[in-house]
Amino acid sequence: MTVRSPAKAGAQGVATAALARSWAPAFAGEQLDPRTDFLLRIGDDALILGQRVGEWCGHGPVLEVDISLANLALDQIGQATLLLGEAGDGDQLAFHRDVLDFRNCLLVEQPNGDFAQTMARHLLYTTWQHLLLQRLQESSDQFLREFAHKAVKEIAYHRELASDWTIRLGDGTEESARRMAEGLDWMWRFVPELFEVDEGLQAAIDAGIAPDPRGFEDEYRAAIAAVLEQAQLEAPADQRPILGGRRGHHSEHLGHLLAVMQFLPRTYPDATW
Amino acid sequence: MSSDWPLWEVFVRSKGGLAHRHVGSVHAPDAELALAHARDTYTRRLEGVSLWVVPSAEIVASDPDQAGELFEPAESKIYRHPTFYDIPDEVKHI
Repeated sequence: MTVRSPAKAGAQGVATAALARSWAPAFAGEQLDPRTDFLLRIGDDALILGQRVGEWCGHGPVLEVDISLANLALDQIGQATLLLGEAGDGDQLAFHRDVLDFRNCLLVEQPNGDFAQTMARHLLYTTWQHLLLQRLQESSDQFLREFAHKAVKEIAYHRELASDWTIRLGDGTEESARRMAEGLDWMWRFVPELFEVDEGLQAAIDAGIAPDPRGFEDEYRAAIAAVLEQAQLEAPADQRPILGGRRGHHSEHLGHLLAVMQFLPRTYPDATW
Repeated sequence: MSSDWPLWEVFVRSKGGLAHRHVGSVHAPDAELALAHARDTYTRRLEGVSLWVVPSAEIVASDPDQAGELFEPAESKIYRHPTFYDIPDEVKHI
């Protein structure tokens, strides 16, 4: 299958979002404190993944899966509401920031593709999210501790459901196994970014706010390998990792996602419902 | 497609001490995902604390044509109703 390089397509995404309207970006050029930076990282992850999974609403392969996907999306949107609300004005952050200001990882903005590709993304992200939330319950920050305590149960279910589907599709028919392998192929390059520690995250780790993801990378790799083994799937070959989402270097896909998500409040700023 | 998946009957226990009650059905490829679909479809609004799923094909149903002989004889047997007893206030869920 053809895989497009988000790194090369980045400029296009920026152009798309810039078309939306020339709002003053919320944090452009501003040095954020480590806590706000971390809240935006995991808050944007949840927001963008929630919006992505929400795109399935009304398009699920069967009614039961449609409802199931909508539930997953709403869990993520709910978490984003809490996290972005703690970082600042949640609605302002979600709907009036431009693409360069989003701190989410590249994995969550990748397109849904087919159901298998969506499940590949969900497996790879929510396994990481679950391990992070387990450790975030020990954060020095009270809000994050309480948030993690609530969120970890939701995400345990996400992780389990995504694992179940990966195993069923991988160990299913020839077609479902092929689709699952292709979905994993697409998403695999974005895994190393989840374990990247840059200056901003290091400051949050030093302050005891955020856990160091490198501390659970082995556990993550082993957990994914165990699911893939049950699914009778080979782990994709490691490719050149693609990084940069945490610093605003996004794939073109995010611009298109934001154009849809932000259209209404940007076009009708005073709209209420 | 869901038509390829077997149907499962869903039962929800709304709280501890109460019996599981039939609430509907879901399609799912196997028991584990039937539980997941039942959870996502029928317990989104705090409806339950426990779930059962049963393959619909395993349900043995009475024949509607036999309804007369099966059920009508009970109509005239008022003495089978425990309505002649006072139930103490402490006894719940009757």
